[in-house]
Amino acid sequence: MILTLLLLPLLAAVAAFFLRPDMPRRILLVLTAGAHAAVTGVTWAVQPAPTLGGWLRLDSLGQLFLSITSALFVAAAVYSAGYLHRERRGAREDFEEGLLFANAPEPTFTTCLLLFLAAMTLVTVSHRFGLLWVAVEATTLASAPLIYFHRQHRSLEATWKYLMICSVGIALALLGNFFLAVAASNHGGTPIPLVVEELIGAAPHLHIAWLKAAFLLFLVGYGTKMGLAPLHTWLPDAHSEAPSVVSALLSGALLNCAFLGILRLQQVCVAAGEAAFGQELLVGFGLLSMAVAAVFIIGQADYKRMLAYSSVEHMGILTLGVGLGGAATFGAMLHAVNHSLTKAMLFLVAGNILAVYRSKSTSEVRGVLRVLPVSGMLWVAGFFAITGSPPFGPFLSEFTILKAALDQGRHVVAIAYLVFLAMIFVGMMTIVLRMAQGVTQREAGGPEPVLATIPPAALGVLVLLLGLYIPAALQRVIEEAARALG
Amino acid sequence: MNLWTDSILVLLALASLLLLGSSRIAGCIRIVAFQGLLLGLLTLTVQHGTPSLRPLALATAIIALKGVAFPWLLARVLRDAEVRREVDPLVSYTVSLLIGTLALALSLWLSQRLPLPTKPVASLLVPVALFTILAGLFVIISRGKALTQVLGYLVLENGIYVFGVGLVQGTPMLVELGVLLDVFVAVFVMGIALFHINRAFDHIDADRLAVLRD
Amino acid sequence: MEAGLTFALPLLLAPLMLGLINRTKALMAGRTGQPLLQTYHDLFKLLRKGAAYSRTTTWVFRAGPTVGLAAVLVASALVPLGGVPAAFAFPGDLILFAYLLGLMRFFTVLAALDTGSSFEGMGASREVTFSALAEPTLLLGFAAIARQTGSLSLSPMYAGLGSDAWRHAGPALALLAGALLIVFLAENARIPIDDPTTHLELTMIHEVMVLDHSGPELAFILYSSALKLWLLGSLLVGIVVPVRSGIVWIDTLAMLAGLFALAVVTGIVESSMARWRLLRVPQLLVGASALSALALALILR
Repeated sequence: MILTLLLLPLLAAVAAFFLRPDMPRRILLVLTAGAHAAVTGVTWAVQPAPTLGGWLRLDSLGQLFLSITSALFVAAAVYSAGYLHRERRGAREDFEEGLLFANAPEPTFTTCLLLFLAAMTLVTVSHRFGLLWVAVEATTLASAPLIYFHRQHRSLEATWKYLMICSVGIALALLGNFFLAVAASNHGGTPIPLVVEELIGAAPHLHIAWLKAAFLLFLVGYGTKMGLAPLHTWLPDAHSEAPSVVSALLSGALLNCAFLGILRLQQVCVAAGEAAFGQELLVGFGLLSMAVAAVFIIGQADYKRMLAYSSVEHMGILTLGVGLGGAATFGAMLHAVNHSLTKAMLFLVAGNILAVYRSKSTSEVRGVLRVLPVSGMLWVAGFFAITGSPPFGPFLSEFTILKAALDQGRHVVAIAYLVFLAMIFVGMMTIVLRMAQGVTQREAGGPEPVLATIPPAALGVLVLLLGLYIPAALQRVIEEAARALG
Repeated sequence: MNLWTDSILVLLALASLLLLGSSRIAGCIRIVAFQGLLLGLLTLTVQHGTPSLRPLALATAIIALKGVAFPWLLARVLRDAEVRREVDPLVSYTVSLLIGTLALALSLWLSQRLPLPTKPVASLLVPVALFTILAGLFVIISRGKALTQVLGYLVLENGIYVFGVGLVQGTPMLVELGVLLDVFVAVFVMGIALFHINRAFDHIDADRLAVLRD
Repeated sequence: MEAGLTFALPLLLAPLMLGLINRTKALMAGRTGQPLLQTYHDLFKLLRKGAAYSRTTTWVFRAGPTVGLAAVLVASALVPLGGVPAAFAFPGDLILFAYLLGLMRFFTVLAALDTGSSFEGMGASREVTFSALAEPTLLLGFAAIARQTGSLSLSPMYAGLGSDAWRHAGPALALLAGALLIVFLAENARIPIDDPTTHLELTMIHEVMVLDHSGPELAFILYSSALKLWLLGSLLVGIVVPVRSGIVWIDTLAMLAGLFALAVVTGIVESSMARWRLLRVPQLLVGASALSALALALILR
């Protein structure tokens, strides 16, 4: 079953590349997304067997992230079917500078999307660290052409920064892999294979100094991919220049998968008794990310960059949660779900706004609620959700983390956490509410396209539901995931 | 065998040092190609006894990719971009060489301090690996042309590979090939990006790509 | 007896090295060139001439060449010829050697500055910069050899650099040879650092410093530069040629062959390259120190 999850998008990608007509390709995209989600749903009922000698395995942590990815991809696929239909072919005029540019050919876009899905799936199921590395690097390479969909110089600049910074980060993670191999070298005996389960089992034999060094490199390397400050510099550029669908997938799914790399090593560290070392580092990076995001969100001129910095903030919250340990880890895992759904919804809605207003500037866009009723409502609702207001899902997860911090007696951390959340709330509120209200000359030119509103609406409903009620199955999976992380 | 390994490691360190001081980009590409060749040979010389099929295949793949394919690709980009020299790097060449020498000293000192659970194949291995990694990172940070940054990334990967080949036994073939494939596709994608950058901007100065900022 | 040999040979044969270099360059250019013994003729001619002194110069100007020759003569008593020990050897003589060369350079520079001419001042500043960058290479190289052979005196150091040393520390010694070759070219004002045949003062380094000397003092300068070439060359050849048979004649002949080969190599290098841009020369010298440092590090492990 795991192989099905991997082969499905892979084969679809190959097929999409060679399919000439557009409509069948878009249908293929949506169908593959649906099939992938269906198989993922089956894994909730039936635990799939590990394959490839234990290298590919679906445990609760992986299952959680896989489900998030799959759900997001369904929304993204439906949205992009409509988006690609609306994007005109040939030379188009750029919003900001008026120069002419073209889009990348559609087969490339669809193929890369499906390859992206395949790579992310591989990240969630691989339990062998080397394979995990290959998969994370593959996600970078599959997503770079996606960022460069609008072929003009700003997106090229963003793509270049993304490629360079993420490749260097992931190269450092490779060095971390080698350090881990040294730690697992068993003092000259048979080396312990770098599979998560076997490392956990042989934890007492691991060389602690090298394990710690490996964790540091993993944190820096995969943290670059994840968007932790101060390694986040590629994030705002990439997310603001990519098409909104791609930004939604990057923020909602890819950052989580990068985090998974760090989490797998944290599992090993916990088993080796070195949990505290990793946790201190995670708390530090988490708070730093929140601080940087807070500073840059206030007065942000571009609303897609604002959303990108919000992703940095939430990655910080995730890291902080795992770093605090205990009940906070449960909160962090729940937050991963909530944030992904909410951020994806926000980006898709931002795409709708951009299509009508033709401007990314927060000072020019006004009156979204009037011009685009559905999108406007989702925009405001999304803002409340992402900043942690009840009754939406993120409130619960953020509150859990806060409570855990206070329970552990870490008052400084809790106060900093609250201060940053408040700063971000104020910063985003001024931008979002000003955008939603006011008068403008813009006309929508017709009712909002169905394919552009159903996906974000569905995601929004999910976020609302998660705020009110967490299904038992989800609760169980999150608890197992949290327990594996200490 | 030890003499061969030592010589190859010394040549690797010298190549990294030379890269720090070169301003002609074509020369830099040739240096990195030479490093790729050395890396393939190193894979063979660290084997005890005659190398079996697996190291031979791996060495061939490395020489083919890092010694031939990547330099050819980058040389094509260079020809299209019609650039000859790297002018005005962030750090001048003399200072770069000095920093390189300091980095070499630092790597030697660090490797003395690192407690290795298993003895590496050659005593020079860890310092040369560390030095190559540092040199690659330095080139990425201090050079302006996007092509030189890709070369720095390749050198970084080379250094990491040296570390792997000397210290890690028992990595399955699949993972090693996967790593190689990833680096290949990465360089391929970067090469395509460079083509586009050249066409869009009419230059390949990465430090002039600064429109997006807060 | 051997001690006298290492002192007498440079005195007699050093100008021949210059002649060899010039002859090689001429042959590479397709000319017949000067006779091999031309330098001797030049020396005798200059010794017989009268000297002209500028009115702006002082005793420093006259002392420069004399002190330089004296310094290099003393230095040639310290340098062994491969396995053949030098006239004097004591622990630490490598430092004395380096600073005798430094003394010679110092007085040459002083004499150049004493003339008050801007060309010579410019040459002096360039010379001092390059020597400052070349000195770490030389001293680090000495440190590496000292570490390898366990002695701090030049003669025992070089006596220990036989084929055994090459077998144990081959890469290090090869690096050292490369570094010392660059120092050799730099200190003796050879291409690619300086062009000895240029007639444009703006491009000169060594030549311009001695522009105003004439007569016997120019002969002193020519002779001391030949001696310096020999001494630095024998330091280099002592590493490269690992013949240490213990029999004086065989060792001496091997070293002589090496020195003449070095002269030919220098001629070939000079014919096949152009002088490098002045901005690139410091990079080359820093690279040479890196090579020396790497060699030292290799030997230390």
